[in-house]
Amino acid sequence: MSMKPELMKRMVKGPDGVEFEVEPLRDYYCEAPPTVMPAAYSKIVEDLFNWARSESIWILGFGTGCGAIEMRPLMTPRFDAYRYGIQWRPTPRQANLFVISGYLSTKTLKRAIRSYEQMQNPKYVIGLGSCTINGGMYWDSYNTIKRLDDYLPVDLYITGCMPRPEALLAGFQDMKKLIRAGKGEGANQYAENFAWYKANQKRVIHDWDMPDYNW
Amino acid sequence: MTTMTTMRELHTRLKHLFPLGELSEQRPDLAFVTVPAEFLRPSLLHLRDREGYTHLVLLTAVDWLEEGRFQLTYLLSKRTLGQDIGLRVMIPRDGATMASAHDIWPTAATYQRELREMFGIDFPGSPRVDEDFILEGWIDIPPYRRDFDTLKYAQENYSQRPGRETRDPATHMQQQLYPDGRQG
Amino acid sequence: MNFFAPDRSQYPATKTDGTLDIDLNSGKYLKLWQGPNHPGITGNMSVELTVCGDEVVEGRTHVGYLHRGFEKLMERRTFIQCFPIVCRICVPEPDFNEYCYAAAVEELAGIQSPERANWIRALILEMGRINSYLMYLGGQAGALGQGVIGQWTTYVRDLMLDRFEELTGARIYHMFILPGGVRDGLPEGFEQRMEVTLREIENTLKDVYDVMFCNAVFKKRTVGLGYIDPALLDSYGVTGPNARAAGVAKDVRRDQPYLVYPDLDFAPVIGQDSDIYTRADVRRRDLLMSVDLIRQILARMPRNGPVMAETPSVLHWQIPRGETYIRGECSRGEYGYYLVTDGSGYPRRVNVRGPSYTHAMALLERMIVNVNISDVAALMVSLHTYPPEIER
Repeated sequence: MSMKPELMKRMVKGPDGVEFEVEPLRDYYCEAPPTVMPAAYSKIVEDLFNWARSESIWILGFGTGCGAIEMRPLMTPRFDAYRYGIQWRPTPRQANLFVISGYLSTKTLKRAIRSYEQMQNPKYVIGLGSCTINGGMYWDSYNTIKRLDDYLPVDLYITGCMPRPEALLAGFQDMKKLIRAGKGEGANQYAENFAWYKANQKRVIHDWDMPDYNW
Repeated sequence: MTTMTTMRELHTRLKHLFPLGELSEQRPDLAFVTVPAEFLRPSLLHLRDREGYTHLVLLTAVDWLEEGRFQLTYLLSKRTLGQDIGLRVMIPRDGATMASAHDIWPTAATYQRELREMFGIDFPGSPRVDEDFILEGWIDIPPYRRDFDTLKYAQENYSQRPGRETRDPATHMQQQLYPDGRQG
Repeated sequence: MNFFAPDRSQYPATKTDGTLDIDLNSGKYLKLWQGPNHPGITGNMSVELTVCGDEVVEGRTHVGYLHRGFEKLMERRTFIQCFPIVCRICVPEPDFNEYCYAAAVEELAGIQSPERANWIRALILEMGRINSYLMYLGGQAGALGQGVIGQWTTYVRDLMLDRFEELTGARIYHMFILPGGVRDGLPEGFEQRMEVTLREIENTLKDVYDVMFCNAVFKKRTVGLGYIDPALLDSYGVTGPNARAAGVAKDVRRDQPYLVYPDLDFAPVIGQDSDIYTRADVRRRDLLMSVDLIRQILARMPRNGPVMAETPSVLHWQIPRGETYIRGECSRGEYGYYLVTDGSGYPRRVNVRGPSYTHAMALLERMIVNVNISDVAALMVSLHTYPPEIER
């Protein structure tokens, strides 16, 4: 599919009458594919960095599906995820954990991919609910994806339909252990197998009208 | 005067004006009647302006694949009396098209967009009826049609995780009740 | 409140077919997507705004991010297999789906659910309504920057979810109301614990009233904004508190009573000026009325009796050809299920009519013109739309 017209190179006339050329892909998007981030130069420093990363996981506040309704009680004093250093951030630039809360329709998958690619390294993905594992209750639906880790690199799954906030907190504890053990390598996996992920995504999203890599 | 007689009286009044079908009363406050396609707009206008059925509750379609027809159901409601009347319109499946009702009720435009996308029924003149409403980048036949097999589509287009078992309750109960293989 | 009068000569003229004449290359207009990843959106839909300066000139609602094809999936499942999937259509208030589906199937199959089951169904629906209103209050205040109220209301909503868990076994998706009745009766001591929860809710609502409704900033931002003309209510299909705040007493529980509502004492809560403040106030008073209704239901409910009628076995349950429409008053408006059967063991067509279908599309696109960008979120939340029921 072709790109959207506003992404094409064209001449634009400003309000003061001056015409100038605009090339959005070059001006606003990054052309380079993601690169693999190497570990720090010594193991002690890497362990320190991993400890720091695990103690301040900031979640992207993008409720992609059903599970988003159990994320809201997490941020209230009863279940209190803030004491673990876990916050909700509205913008992907300030988040490093993307919780895919439930099923993903292909329309949301496109936006989820874009949000994921806008997050900065190191970033992690948690698949919440059984829909991310094998399609869950919508296993015969024509609009939802059945396996999340074909499209995004998933570090941890939390099962349930839907998982309670306590299950989410237990999942976050497991995530912390994973990061501290140095196994939170989802972003590097994405960069290494970039072509494979992109091929899977493009097979499912039929109107791919954006650049391959966003920022 | 009970609501049932009011529905029947309404039907009698309308039959003088339009060639309606039989009134099938589902409940005292809900009845369905079949209208020919060319009399749909006049009957909608008459019901809205003269009879007080001012609320368009629903506009939906049912796919009768065996008969080769779509049934469009316009459900109108008169809140003051608490009554609903459903107008059924049968249109042929191939080249399905219907006169638009968006100037009678602005919300009909939304319903018509959905029917266009999901069933392929065209409503010429309805605002933005060709735009993508729910699906994005859909390349197959309209999905709510009966001849679209959603399981086959899901299995072909999305990669599955191996190891799923299905315990279909009908099969399970069949084996329990009739282990010798009868159909029951 | 407008402190300046915008220069109308900048706005485009409408063409004869009603569309606007916006030239995006002229540099006067900007397209802003208040998209699916946005804290000011209830759920997962997006509004594509075209703004001129600070005012919105045109808005288009985009839905479909949560489309799972329920109506198609239900055609592949038998009647009893459909009921677990049905509650997932509306995520924050799932019980109405279960009730409307169960009532539609019962009506077409000729099954009568027992008296005690109807009382328990009404109890669950009212509990769900309270949860939905609490979430709405948190969202409405949060859209204007008052985050504390969201914390309080989510906390008492959790207490009510505890009651749900005690009664049905699950917090969010209860799957308790099925064709034929409900799954079980009330546990021991449920009434006392429910009374404790209701008192907690009332205390919190007192605080919410002081902090939110008596707040000068909230009043200044919401009074007079988002006006719905009472003459447009029927042509735009506005139901529920949106309509009641305009002075029209449209309540399905009063107009076409279902379940046990003829036996309960209540009156529809209405407001006079249909702006955002009145809609929030109508919902708050409706919440308190629901608390009272739960007390009435628990007091008047029959103590014993069957909770489930006899339903045919799943192998043999076939419903003769027919169609019906069942409606209920959910917290957002009129919720309805249109069910068509054709004599086989599978439904022929299930169509879910959610109230947000009309509120979020035609009504919002009309109301969003000439609104300041910072008020768009408040306006959208005040219509109380939940996107999953728009695109199912």
